[in-house]
Amino acid sequence: MEPMPRTLRALNAVTAGLFVIALYLVLFYAPREAVMGEVQRVFYFHVAAGWVGALAFVVAAVSGIVYLAGGHRLWDRVGLSSVEIGIVFTLINIVSGSIWARPIWNTWWTWDPRLVTATVMELIYIAYVMLRQGIEDPERRARFGAVYAIVGFLSVPLTFLSIRIWRTIHPVVIGSGDPTAQGAFDMTPKMLTAFMFSLLTFTVIYVTLLWHRLRLEALAERVEQRKMELSAGGS
Amino acid sequence: MVERTAALPLRRGGFGRAVAAVVWKDLAAEFRSRELIGAMLVFALLVVLIFNFALELDIRTRSTVTAGVLWVTFAFAGTLGLNRSMASEKDRGCLDGLLLAPVDRSAIYFGKVVANLAFMLIVEAIVLPVYSLLYNAPLFVPGLLGVIFLGSLGYVGVGTLLASMAVQARTRDVLLPILLFPVILPVLLAAVKASEGFLQGLPTADILPWVNLLLVYDVVFLTVAWMVYDYVVEE
Amino acid sequence: MIDVRRLVKTFGWKPVLRGLDFHVEPGEFVALLGPNGAGKTTFLRILASLSRPSMGDVTVGGYRLPGQAAAVRRILGVVSHQPLLYGDLTAEENLRFFGRLYGVPRLELRLGEVLEMIGLSVRRRDLVRQYSRGMQQRLAIGRAVLHEPEIMLFDEPHTGLDQEASQMLDGVLRQVAARGRTVVMTSHDLLRSAELATRVDILSRGVIAASYPGTSLEPAALPALYREAIRG
Repeated sequence: MEPMPRTLRALNAVTAGLFVIALYLVLFYAPREAVMGEVQRVFYFHVAAGWVGALAFVVAAVSGIVYLAGGHRLWDRVGLSSVEIGIVFTLINIVSGSIWARPIWNTWWTWDPRLVTATVMELIYIAYVMLRQGIEDPERRARFGAVYAIVGFLSVPLTFLSIRIWRTIHPVVIGSGDPTAQGAFDMTPKMLTAFMFSLLTFTVIYVTLLWHRLRLEALAERVEQRKMELSAGGS
Repeated sequence: MVERTAALPLRRGGFGRAVAAVVWKDLAAEFRSRELIGAMLVFALLVVLIFNFALELDIRTRSTVTAGVLWVTFAFAGTLGLNRSMASEKDRGCLDGLLLAPVDRSAIYFGKVVANLAFMLIVEAIVLPVYSLLYNAPLFVPGLLGVIFLGSLGYVGVGTLLASMAVQARTRDVLLPILLFPVILPVLLAAVKASEGFLQGLPTADILPWVNLLLVYDVVFLTVAWMVYDYVVEE
Repeated sequence: MIDVRRLVKTFGWKPVLRGLDFHVEPGEFVALLGPNGAGKTTFLRILASLSRPSMGDVTVGGYRLPGQAAAVRRILGVVSHQPLLYGDLTAEENLRFFGRLYGVPRLELRLGEVLEMIGLSVRRRDLVRQYSRGMQQRLAIGRAVLHEPEIMLFDEPHTGLDQEASQMLDGVLRQVAARGRTVVMTSHDLLRSAELATRVDILSRGVIAASYPGTSLEPAALPALYREAIRG
């Protein structure tokens, strides 16, 4: 394996550092929220994780388009790696949302449009992986993955919209009647700092993980490529 | 001196003709065997029956639940039909026959969509009166019929694309619902809500957002599927 | 008519064709022999534009693949070992469907001609499901010649046929070849290939291991030559 590029090594360190700082900001720097109490601190990483989940999906869909257009294997690797990271972070998003909801509304689940959409997104991600697992031929696997990533990505805004309309017409009994309120509160400047910093940290984590995963996938492919070249030349 | 054969001057502009040929072929073959529609129909009626016992549809709850029961039934029976429709091409290698023809791949897509839509509408046309009879529920509201058409169109539009992929995977039977349902949620939700609206005689202003959503979904996904279908059938 | 240079095809990372060179002049009838797994079907699928080459140049009828695949399909007729027919339709309906798909002019007339040529006029209104394997193969050939292609590809057409059906098939094959068409046929049947073809090529381990022009071919000597080629 090629030695880790200097930039990546530096990025590892930066990511770790950012994360530590973010933890400090979220746990100590940000003030205690008046209404919800300490549990509100989940919010910072919850939203950041959700943001990464959405970002990962955008990247997967765009890679899908680029792959179909050009056929360069790199984009398939980007799509797959992005989806894998997306699965993890969306799960974090859902679980942290659930943890947050419990003390506030005394329920593990609210039919909040964002929460439901995140769950649907997770299901699409998982379907993407299952689709790939069922196909033997790598080229076809890549193409199908790209197509599904695009189709899946386009459906998510429409899903969100449809649940939003549903909530305005049929407010759920548990939880607030306003479909956009998921524990709405006003953010003080300190909270805003913690919030923005968390977003930044998680984005950097995403990029770092993506890079590592890409290197791994590229290595695997290079090994297979060598095998093919040897067989073709040696007959 | 051997008389050289010259290829026939084939007629150009074959897209519409190819679509019509595919539709006609599917309908004629199905008319002979009635396997696909038969299976969908029996399944749909069984589901309606099961719902009867599962939900205790008394007179009062019935009116609120009818739309949901109908659409869940259609969604599940629909996967049966889609699977069988694409499997019939893949299994006997017939898809190759279609791919050898000098026509745009998307002609196959549109032909299949129209044929699959026809099958679904036929099944719905039978299930609706049966349901109406069993539960003494008046179902022949013009708006409802329109919604059923739009909803089925969206379902079949995406379903045909995804079924074409699923049928090429090892896990083909289970894969289609897993791929399809997360992506089809907006259609399902909008169709159920719009149907409910028409059945309960709600004001048009309430129903309109749902119908709009259906229209947008149909247009977006039929277009996208048309654009990517090539990548799904080519090797 | 067909020109292939350094063709490589891999499935996943498994190489099936390894730098294959192949050349066919117009009017030739080439029989392509080789053991199972040698890549005959894969090769034919690439020529038929159903599969993309991984590397190399493929030109069919003057058109490059995969870029000009649509043009190639117009002049190509393919018979696979699967019949590619719809069992729930009649022979007539099958031909009509494909005729429409290809845009064959004066279709009804052409239908009748083809059915006559393959000897299935009498059974034209029977469901293909009820056809014997031999009849299905003949109908498959009928479908393939409907649009009068210049080039024909046959993938082991004699598979699953009994003696009588095979001989009938040979008759049709000779008719098809007689009109100056270029034919490439893969087969396991050494003797039959030697009789029908103007040239016999042997595909082994992803390349053409040997090639014997028809005139130099003594049918009885073929089995020995074949064994030697694949041992290579």
